[in-house]
Amino acid sequence: MHMTADAREVSKTASGATATRDIYLPSERKIISGGGTPHVVAKDFSIYYGEFEAVKKVNADILSKYVTAIIGPSGCGKSTYLRAINRMNDLIPSCHTTGALLFDGEDIYGKFTDEVLLRKKIGMVFQKPNPFPKSIFDNIAYGPRLHGINDRKQLSEIVERSLRKAALWDEVSDRLDKNALGLSGGQQQRLCVARTLAVEPEILLLDEPTSALDPKATAKIEDLIQELRGSYTIMIVTHNMQQASRVSDYTMFFYEGVLVEYAPTAQLFTNPKDRMTEDYITGRFS
Amino acid sequence: MNLGTRKILDRSFTAVGFGSIAVMGIALLIVLVPIITNGVGSVFFTGTIEHRKMLFNEFGRGNTEELAKENAASEEYRKQIYGMLSAFEAELETMETEKKQDYLSKYGPVKTALQTLIGPLPGEPEAILTRYKYGQTRWGKAEEKLHEFLYETKWDYSNPDAMSKEYFVSRATEFEGTSLVKLFPFVEEHLEDVLRPEFTVYWGFLTDSSVDSHIFGGIWPEIQGTFFLAVGAMLFAFPLGVIAAVYFTEYAREGFFNSILRSANSTLAGVPSIVFGLFGLAFFINTLKVSESKSVLAGSLTLAIMILPTIIRAAEEAILSVPKTYKEASLSLGSTKWNTIMTVILPAALPGIITGGVISLGRAAGETAPIIFTAAVSVGSAIGLADVFSSPTPALSWNIYNLASEHEAAAEIRHVQYGMVLSLVSIVLLLNLSAILLRARISKKLKG
Repeated sequence: MHMTADAREVSKTASGATATRDIYLPSERKIISGGGTPHVVAKDFSIYYGEFEAVKKVNADILSKYVTAIIGPSGCGKSTYLRAINRMNDLIPSCHTTGALLFDGEDIYGKFTDEVLLRKKIGMVFQKPNPFPKSIFDNIAYGPRLHGINDRKQLSEIVERSLRKAALWDEVSDRLDKNALGLSGGQQQRLCVARTLAVEPEILLLDEPTSALDPKATAKIEDLIQELRGSYTIMIVTHNMQQASRVSDYTMFFYEGVLVEYAPTAQLFTNPKDRMTEDYITGRFS
Repeated sequence: MNLGTRKILDRSFTAVGFGSIAVMGIALLIVLVPIITNGVGSVFFTGTIEHRKMLFNEFGRGNTEELAKENAASEEYRKQIYGMLSAFEAELETMETEKKQDYLSKYGPVKTALQTLIGPLPGEPEAILTRYKYGQTRWGKAEEKLHEFLYETKWDYSNPDAMSKEYFVSRATEFEGTSLVKLFPFVEEHLEDVLRPEFTVYWGFLTDSSVDSHIFGGIWPEIQGTFFLAVGAMLFAFPLGVIAAVYFTEYAREGFFNSILRSANSTLAGVPSIVFGLFGLAFFINTLKVSESKSVLAGSLTLAIMILPTIIRAAEEAILSVPKTYKEASLSLGSTKWNTIMTVILPAALPGIITGGVISLGRAAGETAPIIFTAAVSVGSAIGLADVFSSPTPALSWNIYNLASEHEAAAEIRHVQYGMVLSLVSIVLLLNLSAILLRARISKKLKG
């Protein structure tokens, strides 16, 4: 068991008392009222690709409305863990899990869980911007239409609201009927965020959302995450440690499938408890 | 390997590649040029008064007054010809029996040749077949027939070691000393006055039905039959193929059963088309009894089975080429698998699917073997849409073969064969061209 005492502490505090949690928060970040309840809870949760155990017995609570970053070297299982939360790993036939992963107390991998409904509540933005080859409007309206909203006026409202939330409205409001593939990479990625927000999820999973973007577009996405913090539970996988320290409240460090350390971001970056974490964040390996 | 040899190898490879493409291009040109030049001749040609008469009598087309005027002008010269014939016949009566017999045996072929050239002679019984009711309808053919009228073809067998040689004997010399000798120079000189050649554009070739098995008229029944068969095949094969491709790419799990299905599909794509034809006869007509005997329905079903593997392949490739990220995006928004397929994957795969479909349509239009036993007849009129379940139909591919090999007057109607070939090639080319355009359009729309 590589998990540190601190990670357990977070886990404990998250699911138990609330009084001690604020001491872990970075001083400049505000405590979110109504946040901090465990939203996604992993209990001895393992993920296998066939025989290979990609994620090993993770125990962790993800706290609602806060931003949790997942860092670690390539192939450490961080993306696998993230994609397990909205069951995107179902696309890989050999993938299976053990242990429990709970969302609002319900087992995500339960026998009677409707993964379609689950994905509606747990949205995801991917590494590479992946708008559909449709108009901007149709991209945003895709989710709401799926869920039965066909009234044009209502759809327009949702599209505008989602684009505003994703800080894209001012840039595209005059060309909603143009193909989304004509947007720049950064705009496309914000469009993907807006598309996800349009179905009103509770959790936003970001899988290295800025790895394909230039620094300017990256900054915009990071600003956007700050905007959305407090309204959604956000989990972000990133290779960029500066990014993790900038945008997140909590950070998980994975190494070879093991959750090595899970702590408030400021603490993990300034005073890591585990030797491995320290080596990683100081750049001794990557 | 040093730089010099590498460069030489590179260049020689380029040369070989370029050469093989050039050879293919030239071969294509050698095949296409006669097809195009002769095929165009079925619509644009120098037609005679016989052609215009035929148009009027068979299809009721043409200006009655003008035709009557023309006919009168032609009749002037015909009367002189007929006059010469009756003068000679009167002369025959005055001859001794032996001489008369000799001339009579030579006179018969002359009359036949003349009849072929300018149409039935007065006093002859009315011909039953349409082809004998008219003279030559095309000036090109008339010139050939004129030669046959003027010269008798003989074969020289004198040298037993060599092939026999063809040589011509002037008929005029054979009638030296009789009144008929004037006939030959007269016909040669005045054939244009009799047949009145005129440049003709006969679009009816594409829209008229055929008269007396393609001796006259157009190829509309064949074009329509080809259309029915190809479209019918698509109606069956396209939805089935796309559904099968969706199954293979999205639903099937890798396994023994599935790999058997896949290799069965590949094998099916390589089966010779004649086998499909026999299968169609045995299965659709004899076993399922979809129709009494040959029918468009049975032919379409057979063609559908034949093009199904191609469509499945093309659709599968197209679906697989859709970026996985689209699927992920759709699923992550809470879309069901079915919805993802219908709203994201299939629309994005559409250009490829349509290309595969249209190319298969072209193949279905051009295939001969599968329809020989199941749908095609060599002579027939255009059928109505309601008859497709019970009636066979003529079709371009089959009739090209039939006219070239089995028609009793194949040599007389080469222009119809070329016209059919050109029509078929054009249809297939047009289909492929439209596939390319359609693909470009949809791709452009998808790319924004």
